Amino acid sequence: MSPLLQVDGLSKFYGQRIGCAEVSFDLYPGEVMGIVGESGSGKSTLLNCMAGHLPPDAGRVMFDTRADGMRDTVTMSEPERRMLGRTDWAFVHQHARDGLRMNVSAGGNVGERLMAVGARHYGDIRAQAIDWLGRVEIAEDRIDDRPRQFSGGMQQRLQIARNLVTGPRLVFMDEPTGGLDVSVQARLLDLLRGLVREMGLSAIIVTHDLAVVRLLADRLMVMKDGHVVETGLTDQVLDDPQHAYSQLLVSSVLQV
Amino acid sequence: MIDVSGVAKSFVLHNQGSAMIPVMQGAALAVAPGECVALVGASGAGKSTLMRMIYGNYTAQAGRIMVGDVDVATAPPRDVLALRRETLGYVSQFLRVVPRVPTLEVVAEPLRAVGVDVARAEARARDLLSMLNIPERLWSLSPTTFSGGEQQRVNIARGFAHDYPALLLDEPTASLDATNRAVVLDLIEQAKARGAAIVGIFHDEAARAQVCDREVDVSHFTPERAA
Repeated sequence: MSPLLQVDGLSKFYGQRIGCAEVSFDLYPGEVMGIVGESGSGKSTLLNCMAGHLPPDAGRVMFDTRADGMRDTVTMSEPERRMLGRTDWAFVHQHARDGLRMNVSAGGNVGERLMAVGARHYGDIRAQAIDWLGRVEIAEDRIDDRPRQFSGGMQQRLQIARNLVTGPRLVFMDEPTGGLDVSVQARLLDLLRGLVREMGLSAIIVTHDLAVVRLLADRLMVMKDGHVVETGLTDQVLDDPQHAYSQLLVSSVLQV
Repeated sequence: MIDVSGVAKSFVLHNQGSAMIPVMQGAALAVAPGECVALVGASGAGKSTLMRMIYGNYTAQAGRIMVGDVDVATAPPRDVLALRRETLGYVSQFLRVVPRVPTLEVVAEPLRAVGVDVARAEARARDLLSMLNIPERLWSLSPTTFSGGEQQRVNIARGFAHDYPALLLDEPTASLDATNRAVVLDLIEQAKARGAAIVGIFHDEAARAQVCDREVDVSHFTPERAA
């Protein structure tokens, strides 16, 4: 099996400051990778560089496209990258309002992604929207409500439905459970885990919550000051951390 | 099936004055298919550490840890994940699950992960859960709310769902009553009969005597404390 994503020497600088430096890894189909680190460690910068939201200063982000095989997404044209962002890639923002259109109905939010890839039949679009709202546990009778009438957890689930309706192969997630109640978090984790299994998705999850990565991620990357200080199997990094910073991170978690 | 040689391990505690604690050196262990080997030694001698190194949960500083044809000590994460999915099972003392997932699904999951269809995977899960006397009314609930003994039995059911060629068992009979203990020992015998290579930690001496073919004393691998 060949990698779905190959990141090679990815770096981003903010003037003199390092955003992220020399990050390299391969991600295979069906793999879920977690990126952890404290605020300011560069994990979101890295995620945004990979997803094409920020231009990196150096490095390559190779993605196995359906049409042309491995392509460097950093150097591809803007329209090509945007197309990728609507089809094979998905991005789940920490704040649902960044990933949703707040003035468009729930069904419209889901349908819009379908229309962006060419769906035109209203009945089909609505049927698919209802199907996806069901999968993320939003009642069908809420389809015409706007996201601002939803709770935070529902908005997050709607954002996930909007992102996954086009059947992407790679999902970028930035703190997908951040700011949610633990009970809502558990529901979302269960949902994400099921979708990853069912759809064979690959995912990169940025979070500072070690419990979330333990349950969702196969592999883990620990970042500090823009550098990757440790990588490995999730349970190995959490149970036998090697780097001083990973040890500090793991030992700082409060026991419930 | 499992072949460990020259394995060394030390923990470096960077945030506690970089204290270096050597815990193991020259560890060696070979387990053939159909064989069950018990790790013995005083508490703290490194039984669980060695077992976790075989699972790839702890890193090894030196040596080879062959499980089938994969060297867990050096294999990339992807290969270790595939090994854990197909070949190497582990029944730990703790059940770790995503909240809200029903017990039946938790137990069927290892089979689903190797591509068994839902119906067959759940049928096997039902068999194991009834064998281990988990009442059927609990199957649709998440095991996170179960008692310690029930969680341990769910963990065992999950560990035995797929017929792994190699199995690691950490105290599988701890906190079980006599009936369930007998069921677990029976499951271990069955796994041996189908050719699984098993490494186990049993504080329960009678259980150890019943299912294990030999013992390996891990205190032989403990480095000199004086150093």
